Amino acid sequence: MKVLVAVKRVVDYNVKVRVKSDNSGVDIANVKMSMNPFDEIAVEEAVRLKEKGVVTEVIAVSCGVAQCQETLRTAMAIGADRGILVETAEELQPLAVAKLLKALVDKEQPGLVILGKQAIDDDCNQTGQMLAALADMPQATFASKVELTADKASVTREVDGGLETLSISLPAVITTDLRLNEPRYVTLPNIMKAKKKQLDTFKPEDLGVDVAPRIKTLKVVEPAKRSAGIKVPDVATLVDKLKNVAKVI
Amino acid sequence: MTSLVIAEHDNASIKGATLNTVTAAAAIGADVHVLVAGHNAGAAAAAAAQIAGVSKVIHADGASLEAGLAESVAAQVLAIASNYTHILFPATANGKNVAPRVAAKLDVGQISDITKVDSPDTFERPIYAGNAIATVQSADAVKVITVRTTGFDAAAATGGSAAVETAGAAADSGKSSFVGREVTKSDRPELTAAKIIVSGGRALGSSEKFNEVMTPLADKLGAAIGASRAAVDAGYAANDLQVGQTGKIVAPQLYVACGISGAIQHLAGMKDSKVIVAINKDPEAPIFSVADFGLEADLFTAVPELVAAL
Repeated sequence: MKVLVAVKRVVDYNVKVRVKSDNSGVDIANVKMSMNPFDEIAVEEAVRLKEKGVVTEVIAVSCGVAQCQETLRTAMAIGADRGILVETAEELQPLAVAKLLKALVDKEQPGLVILGKQAIDDDCNQTGQMLAALADMPQATFASKVELTADKASVTREVDGGLETLSISLPAVITTDLRLNEPRYVTLPNIMKAKKKQLDTFKPEDLGVDVAPRIKTLKVVEPAKRSAGIKVPDVATLVDKLKNVAKVI
Repeated sequence: MTSLVIAEHDNASIKGATLNTVTAAAAIGADVHVLVAGHNAGAAAAAAAQIAGVSKVIHADGASLEAGLAESVAAQVLAIASNYTHILFPATANGKNVAPRVAAKLDVGQISDITKVDSPDTFERPIYAGNAIATVQSADAVKVITVRTTGFDAAAATGGSAAVETAGAAADSGKSSFVGREVTKSDRPELTAAKIIVSGGRALGSSEKFNEVMTPLADKLGAAIGASRAAVDAGYAANDLQVGQTGKIVAPQLYVACGISGAIQHLAGMKDSKVIVAINKDPEAPIFSVADFGLEADLFTAVPELVAAL
């Protein structure tokens, strides 16, 4: 069984982004870019499924600028067998990415597609579900445990108030939550090996997908600052303030 | 122009998140209808009809809708979607699961996690873990939206008298089935609905210490327990207690952060709380920059002292 894993190149999660002074967006010039952390978990899960012998090939896909190649090389260093880049300089929104992935699903016919539940830049949490709908596949989002057989997946999901287990028929879409696994560190020999792996590039036009954005960003501003309050010297003062000043207890 | 709100419910009652979503729908300025898709969910539909500002409830009932599977609920929404200009889901695990399926089938973009309605086609939403607020405009004919519940007040649960219309349930997709649910049993209030939250961070050091220190405080205050992502990652607390951009977004009357440094992703989840208390021994901890009352102290002595003083 083939597994397709989608990976997004995003501003590294350690970087504190700044809003541009003209309010047109956030300034991402010269900041460190990395693979979206949830996507890293997705790649790790796919590679573990391969190591268990239930999956034969792991294909990593990224959509975006030419530099997404680096993200794909990281995925291949974790253990993906090959990479596909859908290259475009256009701003890609989740619906467009889902359509590009749907075109690749038609081409590659994977038994499973694994994606991160959300990207840490636009925080949309949409692409996996949209792909599932477009490809008419069942979905299991926010996965914390995946067990795979030849034609079914049993997936434990993180939901409000606890966990929920679904059984879905393959092909299917799974999106990852934080606790699914802990991605391995990539080693230098694997980074070197990844450089030699196959990486194919397409344009959205090659896949017949219109990627024009549907949602326009009018402006981006800093969030309202919450001002710091006071430091209290001891517990007694704290209790007094909560009772008599804030009146919340 | 009419808006459809997809109710969050457990078949017996309507969950609070529905009420905030109704307020967001009302802010758009259109008529507000509510869809209750469930099984034996008559009581939930009746409760939805009482919500102030709702003019019609559509109650779809069938076994395929019992577990709230995304495939079935999305099909149910799509069956009536053509009547609406706006389709709003609460940004809960369920809402986030279903909404993009609906948007994709309608071939429209989705606007996730809105915190403000500027006009019927323009909304505000946080991006980059709340480090920036984007104002976005949708050109699509139908706006599919998820609503961050802390961004909107709850509509009154009573006072309305909407008509309840029944609809046939969508067929089961046959591709997904519900196996089981492990609900965290707790007598405490639900995290997203709690008036007081006490939250623990990595400084607690272990799951035993987390329970030993945090539980008495929660009991004393009648509070829900939350945790930082660091504490969850370290295995000190269950994932469904996680407060932050990738966990629960909360806005209680009182939020007590114990041993939480205040990473931006955590702040994004709780900074709309009315009163924030931080207990941390690191004077430089970023949590102090948002706290109304900061106590620079070792939580292992300060929290038990606080429990005793309350």
